[in-house]
Parts: sequence; structure tokens; C-alpha cells
Amino acid sequence: MSDEGWRQERGTLAATLGPPLFWLVVFFLVPLAVVWAYSFGQNAGLTDIRISGTFANYARALEPLYLGILAKSIGMAGLTTLICLIVGFPVALAITFADDRAKTWLLLLVMLPFWTNLLIRTYALIAVLRTEGYVNWTLEFLWNRLGSIWSLEPFVPLDLLHNNAAVLFGLVYVHLPFMILPLYAALDRLDRSLIEASLDLGAGHFRTMMQIVVPIALPGILSGILITFIPALGAYLTPDLLGGPDSQMIANVIERQFKRANDWPFGAALSFLLLYLTFILIALQAMLQRRQAQ
Amino acid sequence: MQFEKSRNRRSVLAGLGVAAIGLSFTTAGCSEKSGDGGGDANKLNFYNWDTYIGETTLADFAKASGVQVNMSLFATNDEMFAKLKAGNPGFDVVVPSNEFVERMAKADMLLPLDHSKIPNMKNIAPEFLNPDYDPGRKYSMPYTWLVIGIGYRKSKVAATPDSWKWVYDSDLYKGRIAMMSEAADLIRLGARYLGKSLVGLQQADIDQVRDMLIRQKPNVKTFHEDNGQDLLLSGDVDIVMEYNGDIAQVMQEDPDLDFVIPKEGGLINSDTLVIPKGAPRVENAHKFINFLLDAEVGKHISETILYPTPNAAAKALMPASYRDNPVVFPSGPGMDASEYGRFEGPETQAAFEEAITKMRAA
Repeated sequence: MSDEGWRQERGTLAATLGPPLFWLVVFFLVPLAVVWAYSFGQNAGLTDIRISGTFANYARALEPLYLGILAKSIGMAGLTTLICLIVGFPVALAITFADDRAKTWLLLLVMLPFWTNLLIRTYALIAVLRTEGYVNWTLEFLWNRLGSIWSLEPFVPLDLLHNNAAVLFGLVYVHLPFMILPLYAALDRLDRSLIEASLDLGAGHFRTMMQIVVPIALPGILSGILITFIPALGAYLTPDLLGGPDSQMIANVIERQFKRANDWPFGAALSFLLLYLTFILIALQAMLQRRQAQ
Repeated sequence: MQFEKSRNRRSVLAGLGVAAIGLSFTTAGCSEKSGDGGGDANKLNFYNWDTYIGETTLADFAKASGVQVNMSLFATNDEMFAKLKAGNPGFDVVVPSNEFVERMAKADMLLPLDHSKIPNMKNIAPEFLNPDYDPGRKYSMPYTWLVIGIGYRKSKVAATPDSWKWVYDSDLYKGRIAMMSEAADLIRLGARYLGKSLVGLQQADIDQVRDMLIRQKPNVKTFHEDNGQDLLLSGDVDIVMEYNGDIAQVMQEDPDLDFVIPKEGGLINSDTLVIPKGAPRVENAHKFINFLLDAEVGKHISETILYPTPNAAAKALMPASYRDNPVVFPSGPGMDASEYGRFEGPETQAAFEEAITKMRAA
């Protein structure tokens, strides 16, 4: 290739790569670096932060109190991811096998919730789950209908809101699309003839699923797990609004450091602890994928 | 005294160019350029809470003075503080609560008010003229006040819950209690129940309240984000720690609700009008504050927002249903025992936060 062509191509490359790169550096990497610097600082007066290179914030973040909260958050996020996987896999599979027209509509339905703000969706869940919400209202109606046939105790509304189960439900509801979409992307590329071959050769449906579909879709499953788990780990709105007295997660603690506690250095250290954890997970995923490729 | 001390310390730091090693992310240069009038003399930037002004107040001010007010909104004091902390982005009048007035004064973020330009100060009730958080009203004019007490559903309580005991230290209303999630309020009112003052709490007091809250936690339905009135109205809880103004609003929808200030005393808050350092139009800011303190204007604001007003002249113009409302203007032993909260420095605030984090994780 001539020198001219190469130069032209370099221009094209710069033009396409430039704006996003600029965006990434100015609005993501630089602010992130500032927060990273904060995590080695300390409050000096009410408005200033002095970057003194101290590790005190990390030492405090590693105290049993905060590690315990982190462990609980990992548990909640892990459970959320597991439920999303169990619920999301059949849904993704069903979308894959639907005809083209239905496929478009089904995918649209999965993505539709993203068009509504998270806060509004969470408040809608409150209206559904609260003591005098839609679920209890329906149950009471049915109970009273039955009560007119048999004599029943008066209806006692279920405690559906303000507990850890409500938080889990809210997290699954919010994060399910994050699981379904990568699963669908992986399953859609699947060579159908492999499934037919497996069934022809006498394997049952379940065995075909576990030995053919799952191994082939594994990269999609892994990325689905990752992009569900990471935002679930950082959720703070859901535990705040749907949770009860025991539902504090690590992101709630971080939020309070930046707002009420006005302790940005400690908040920054906690955030970066979470970020380091995320890096480890991504590295783990990459390793698993490479091993699978070999 | 305290103001002077901390201001001196800050100015020493500033004089040394923030002595310490490394970086500092303040924009000190920005906050120095306060001047009168400025370029666009008939404008004003007002930073206020949502639904916290009369329907036509801003238009009336434009008519009366020719100054166009541009209002921005914030949802919490923390949000407002965070925005102004890195240097005033151009606000002329801001509405912080009393504890943040103290905090911002300590951080040297406020301009002293020129009382000669605010003749309507005479309308303010005398008990609001010399509060501990701003002696002599050097930096702030009172706009509204409010007090934390207990909102409850009359048909679901055994008797008027006129003690913090029913929220902090009893299983009588198990699973039907909602408390505030705000750490400082939670700890200080718990201390109040234990017979201590809201001000000057020591670590031992904080630990004592924390342990009481850990014991009480199984009886608590939730720690709410200042939406206690909704939880009460929807029947999710029957007894809730909340501000009087919020309960007064839902009482209009449901006559079964009521509000009481526990006999140990509640926590009084006051929202105020201040001029932040770096305000580009100080002259207009004084004019606007004076306008808001006018009797008729104050009356119109109170009619819209229904919060208790410290403006005696405006209150006198209001109908009896507002003036004599026992929830909007509570009285009795609980009110007499109530105190203003104070900002006691970042260390105390951090101790409150850590105690609550520990309690929530326990």
C-alpha cells in the first residue's frame, strides 16, 4: 500500500477513534483519577481535601464492619445474578426459537423498561408491594370471596415490602434485561443443527441443553453474569426504597460518605475497593474464556 | 467565638497557600469576585427547595423591582452544599437549613447581610432574631421553621404517643414504626429520649443510643428517606418520626392522622435565606430577601407551602385555620422542650454516621 493510502487511513482512524477517546478521557478517566486521588487524602477543614498519600481510608474500609457489609452486598448481588440466570435463560432460549416477527416484539418487551427511569419503576414496585398495595388488595379480594363460602379468619396483609426479600425482588426485576440480552446474543448464534444432531442421536432435551447448548453459550452466560452482578453490587436506590432496617448495602454506605457524612476520601476508598473487585472479576472472566478457547 | 476561631484557621491555611503537600481542589479565586450590580443588573439566581415559594412570588418581584429571578432547585442540604463547596457557580440567594448556615459560615462560604438593606426584618417574630446557630442574624434571615415529632394513625394507637419511647424503646407497635434514616437526627433525638441535650453529645452517648437502636431494630419496619408521611398515609406504618409540616399536608387527606411532639422535646429546624460568597448580584439579593420578608408576600408564600412561618406580620394576615393549627404551630410541653440542632463539626457528624452504619449492619 502506498504511503498516501496509509496516511489517509490513519486520518480516518483518528477521526473515528478521536471523539470517543476524547470523551472517555475527559469525562471518565480524568474524573475517575481525581476520585482515586481523593481515596489517598483526608479532609482539611469543611471544603478542602488534602491528598496526603495516606492509606488510612483503605485501612478503615477493611475494618470488619465494612467488610461485613461488603460480604452481605456480594451475597445479595450473587443471589440476584443466580435468579436472573435461572429465569433469564429459558426466556432467552424462547426468544431465540421464536419466529422473526415475534422475536422483534419480544426483544422490545425486554428492553421496554429501560425507557422508564429507575426511580419511577422502583416507586411503581412500592405501589405493588405495600401493605395496601395491588398484591395485597387482590389477595384480600379473593380471600373475602372465599370467606363468603367458607368461614375464614379475617385477612392479614402479607409483609411484602421493607425487607430483604423485597430488595432481592427489586434487584432481579431491574437487572433481568442485563442477563437476557447477552444470553440471547450468544444463543442466537448457536448452530441449530448441533441440537438436532444431539436429539437424533438419542440425548434427551435436558442432556442436550447441558452438554451442547450451555457449553457453546458459555461466553454469553459469563458476560451476562458479569454485567448483572456488577451493577447489582453497586445498587443503592433499591435497598434504600424497598429495604427494611437490615437492608443496608455497600453502595448506601458510599452514598452517605459523599453526602451526609461529607467524608469524600473514605467514600472514594470504598468505591475503589468495589472497583478493584470488579477488575478482578473481569480478569477472571477473561481467563476463563481464554481457557475455554484453548 | 467559634466562627472566628475556625475562620482564622482557614485563613491561615489559605495564607500559606494551603500549606500541605499535594493538591487542593478548591477554586478560591472564584469565590472572591463578589461585586455589586455586575453585568446584568436586573437578574437574580435563586437556589431553593422544590415547591417552596408562592405561586406568583417571583413574578410579583419582577413587577415590583424589575429584577427577573431565575430559580434552580435542590432536594437536600447536602446537594446544595456539595454544589457550592467547590466555589459558587453564580447563585445570589440560597435557602439552607440552620445547621448548614452554621456549617457554611464556618467554611467561610457566606456573605454577612447588610441589615440596613432589609427593613422588613422588623416583621420577624422576636424569638427568631437571635438564634444560637447565627447570633444576631449576621448571615441568615429565617424563611420557615419546622420541628420533628411523631405522626400517627389515631385509630391504631393505644393512646397519644407523646413520648419518644414508643418509637425508640418499646415493642408495643412492633412492625408498624418508621424512623428517619438521617444519622444525626436519629442519634440526637434518641439522646433526647435518654434525657440528654441535642447539643454536645459525647462518643459514650452516641454509643448508648446506637445500642438502644440495635435493640429496637427488630420492631422497626423501615428507616425512611423523609417520606414518612406517605408511609403513614398508605397504612404501611402507624407511627412515624417526621416533620410537622409533612404530617400537616397528609392530615388534609386523612382525618385519622395526627401529630404530637413527644414530651422529651423535638428537634427544630429552620430554613433560611442567605447570600453565598461569590454572589454576582449582592444588591439584588438584599432586595429579594427584603421582598420575601414582606407581610403580604410572606402570607402568599405561606398559603402555598403551608409551612410554619417565622414572619409575625405575615402570620397575622393568615386565616385562623392556619394560625391556630396545632400541627403547623405546635405548643405545649413538647414544643417547650424542643431545641435547635447545631452543626458540631465534621468529627461529630462522622461519629453519627459510623454509629448508624454499625447499627444498620448489626
